[in-house]
Amino acid sequence: MTSSAEAIGERLSDLEVARLRADFPILDQKAHGKPLAYLDNANTTQKPRAVIDAESRFYARDYAGVHRAVYELAERATRAYESGRDAVRRLLRAPDSHEVILLRGTTEAINLVASSYGRMRLRAGDEILITAMEHHSNIVPWQLACEQFGAKLVVAPIDDRGELILEELERRIGPRTRIVAVTHVSNVLGTVNPVREIVDAAHAQNVPVLVDGAQAAPHLPVDVGALGCDFYAFSGHKIYGPSGIGALWARRELLEAMPPYHGGGSMIESVSFEKTTFAGIPAKFEAGTPNIAGTIGLAAAIDYVEAIGLERIAAHEQALLAYANDGLAELPGIRVIGTAPGKAGVLSFAIDGVHPHDVATVLDCEGVAVRAGHHCAQPLMERFGVPATVRASFGLYNTRADVDALLAGLRAVLEVFA
Amino acid sequence: MSDELRELYQTVILDHYKKPRNYGRPDGADREAEGRNPLCGDQIKVYAKLDGERVAAVGFEGSGCAISTASASLMTEIARGKSRGEVEAIFARFHDLVTGKGTIDPASVGKLEVLAGVREFPARVKCATLAWHALEAALRGSHEPVSTE
Repeated sequence: MTSSAEAIGERLSDLEVARLRADFPILDQKAHGKPLAYLDNANTTQKPRAVIDAESRFYARDYAGVHRAVYELAERATRAYESGRDAVRRLLRAPDSHEVILLRGTTEAINLVASSYGRMRLRAGDEILITAMEHHSNIVPWQLACEQFGAKLVVAPIDDRGELILEELERRIGPRTRIVAVTHVSNVLGTVNPVREIVDAAHAQNVPVLVDGAQAAPHLPVDVGALGCDFYAFSGHKIYGPSGIGALWARRELLEAMPPYHGGGSMIESVSFEKTTFAGIPAKFEAGTPNIAGTIGLAAAIDYVEAIGLERIAAHEQALLAYANDGLAELPGIRVIGTAPGKAGVLSFAIDGVHPHDVATVLDCEGVAVRAGHHCAQPLMERFGVPATVRASFGLYNTRADVDALLAGLRAVLEVFA
Repeated sequence: MSDELRELYQTVILDHYKKPRNYGRPDGADREAEGRNPLCGDQIKVYAKLDGERVAAVGFEGSGCAISTASASLMTEIARGKSRGEVEAIFARFHDLVTGKGTIDPASVGKLEVLAGVREFPARVKCATLAWHALEAALRGSHEPVSTE
């Protein structure tokens, strides 16, 4: 990935973005009397009418329990649910939809792997390798596993621009390393990690790689075959789909070998008080009634972004990032955190003498929604010596006018705290 | 700039933010407690020196936003010389003022009135009350850090 929009693909025209914005009813409102500039897309994204309608239509016409009953309605619901699984397979360019586990989101997916793969492979003295830029959801599940199995968490460092130091990561893959877990795109820095190189280094020592794709799936084309990874997790709500639905893709042989995560209905083959045998994949990892309507909404969201094209969405967001960077450079006292050459549309910064929460409150009064805080990445905040940052993050519906509102808001911040 | 903003970031607040009063541990402090806001990662340490039932001195350390720093700084001035009971009563009135509960006469909280604008920003109430929660814990002799969550 490069910072040049042209290298990625043709970007969306202003007219197209205006048309796409109209698909998102929530964007047509004011905040504190100003037009809403929603720039918190790395946190969660807004939903197009197509997603809202798909879920509501499903409840109105096709809803029933899945995988159980023989009546027509249940068959229709099951078909719709399974086509949602296939939409995820398509999005990730995965070969086989049996390798797609539908879950609540990235957090649940990583917890599943930490627990289930952990039980299969982790023994006292083993090591789990992550990076210094991980979200808490790719740290804490591994810490829990370390505590349970007596394993050790090893962290690969990043440089001052927020880039992973690949040689340092490679040096930390040793005979006791059992898994490497890395984010595809940093939720704070925007850094796009060289997943293929990481996978090659890990596979050279027979270590599987989990990729946290929460910030990547909505912003760049993902191909798990080309990446070569073994696990890939993402969340629906960050890709314009509903909250509470997401997926884990994993290699069939791993999923088949791993023990179940949750026990309950749907994940069994037969149950007796003496012995229970488990269903095959993916059912083995989907205990209980799933988020059926959420899956339908997620499928609609995937259809929506695929119709636009992730290459073009990426190019559009790159152009906004470049525009915002140029604007920020003209303001005094602003330090951008995360200046790697290959970045997604995430812009974290600190302002001299002004706490990020105060920045966010002033921006809120200007109608600009950004996140201020540690972004569930406290170790990363420490790495850069800040308690928190302000983060503006772009989505397909953002415009230069949103960035202009951000820049005007920042001038107001500088005025208040002059 | 909007009226809401002007009301929130009054001159007094910005002054206490840029030049916090009683920053650091006062000589002879015999009580201390830590306050944490896990949502933003802010941490504050509040020290107190008790003379019988009376608060002889209060100080604080830590970095936070303008609201939490100004609130802590104002608190160190207001609590000084008051009894423990009086400090608790002021905090209760101040809490009602910033959460917009009941009909508190802003004048009944003295200088803290400048923080009344916080009630328009519910997400910032925890910033305004963090130091007070820590002071209350310190005066109770609690050694557990207090958390806004």
